[in-house]
Amino acid sequence: MTREMTGGMTGDTRADAYRPRRDRLWFTRSRGYTVFVLRELTSVFVAWSIVFLLMLVDAVLGGSLPEFAALAARPWMIALNVVALAATVFHAVTFLNLAPKATVVRLDGRRVPAWMIQGGNHTAWALVSLLIAYVVLRS
Amino acid sequence: MTDSAETPVIRMEVARYRPGEDAEPVFQAYDVPLMDDWAVLDGLTHIKDRLDGSLSFRWSCRMGVCGSCGMTVNGEARLTCGTFLTEYAPGPVRIEPLKGFPVIRDLVVDIDDFLAKLSSVRPWLVREGEEPPLTAEYAQTPEQLEAYKQYSMCINCLLCYSACPVYVLDPDFLGPAAIALAQRYNLDSRDMDDRFDVLNLEDAVWGCTFVGECTKVCPKHVDPAEAIQRYKVSAALRSVLPWSRR
Ligand code: SF4
Ligand code: FES
Repeated sequence: MTREMTGGMTGDTRADAYRPRRDRLWFTRSRGYTVFVLRELTSVFVAWSIVFLLMLVDAVLGGSLPEFAALAARPWMIALNVVALAATVFHAVTFLNLAPKATVVRLDGRRVPAWMIQGGNHTAWALVSLLIAYVVLRS
Repeated sequence: MTDSAETPVIRMEVARYRPGEDAEPVFQAYDVPLMDDWAVLDGLTHIKDRLDGSLSFRWSCRMGVCGSCGMTVNGEARLTCGTFLTEYAPGPVRIEPLKGFPVIRDLVVDIDDFLAKLSSVRPWLVREGEEPPLTAEYAQTPEQLEAYKQYSMCINCLLCYSACPVYVLDPDFLGPAAIALAQRYNLDSRDMDDRFDVLNLEDAVWGCTFVGECTKVCPKHVDPAEAIQRYKVSAALRSVLPWSRR
């Protein structure tokens, strides 16, 4: 190929290609992105719920349950835990709704539809929660 | 031309980038006839034919098959041959190059990075051992075809890359279509590879944070997000059970 034929189509063109700068506000650019970032942020509250549970276990084992109960009864602690509960429920619901994407179940050669997998997950979740509630509230 | 007398017009704001002339893209406005049966691509063709021959963009089939006409239309990654102008009436409608790729000129982006990634996942049937004679067929049942057919519909339009914030922030991410196409072969009963070495990496399936935008923008219902999450499960199983494949 002669120089003229390739002129402008090789090295030079790519070198002065425009490369946009990184967009630090990308998550504000679409509703989908914003919902995604909010979903990710709820993980912080999921982590807090685990820490709180561990503190409870520690208090039970270490015999400092009254102190723990007093801490848990503080208004700011209650507020924090209400927010954490809401965030954890939101996180769990979106997580279970996304599950059919990762699990392809075939029955009788047909793919089990997404709503069945989601329904199954939510039902299992409700049953486990009921079982825990029964064990805890029985006494 | 008598367009303006009877036909309503729509303003198209088109990103122009002329290397050597523009330091960064600038918008140029053109008024084009707003026809019921015109796709955004027809508007661009009208501009190039009648208003400004210097405008550059890619297209070929005009029927959603070749995958070359992907652009950002009003902020969203779209196939411009499959997106009607009336959707944006009364306008204006903004046409920009696909996000996440270097811009060569106007609406033309450099996709070499994707092409290199695509070949890295060995997008062909990998066979080991004895080959059947050339005249033999690799027969498949309808179920075996169904297992990967969805992923084989990909037309390499790259809308999924453009919509993926992970790719736009970290260009080393292998990305949705390359992984979906790897799965297209992994799930093919005739293939004998599982592409674990290229997929089970921080910059491959594990780089995906499951934003899900790739699946939303895909014009061919390939569902790359699903392909990636499914491979995460396979890869995790394979790490726990080293003898299991796929
Ligand atoms: S997966 Fe869909 S959006 Fe991505 S390149 Fe293929 S056809 Fe285009
Ligand atoms: S021109 Fe071929 S997909 Fe649009």
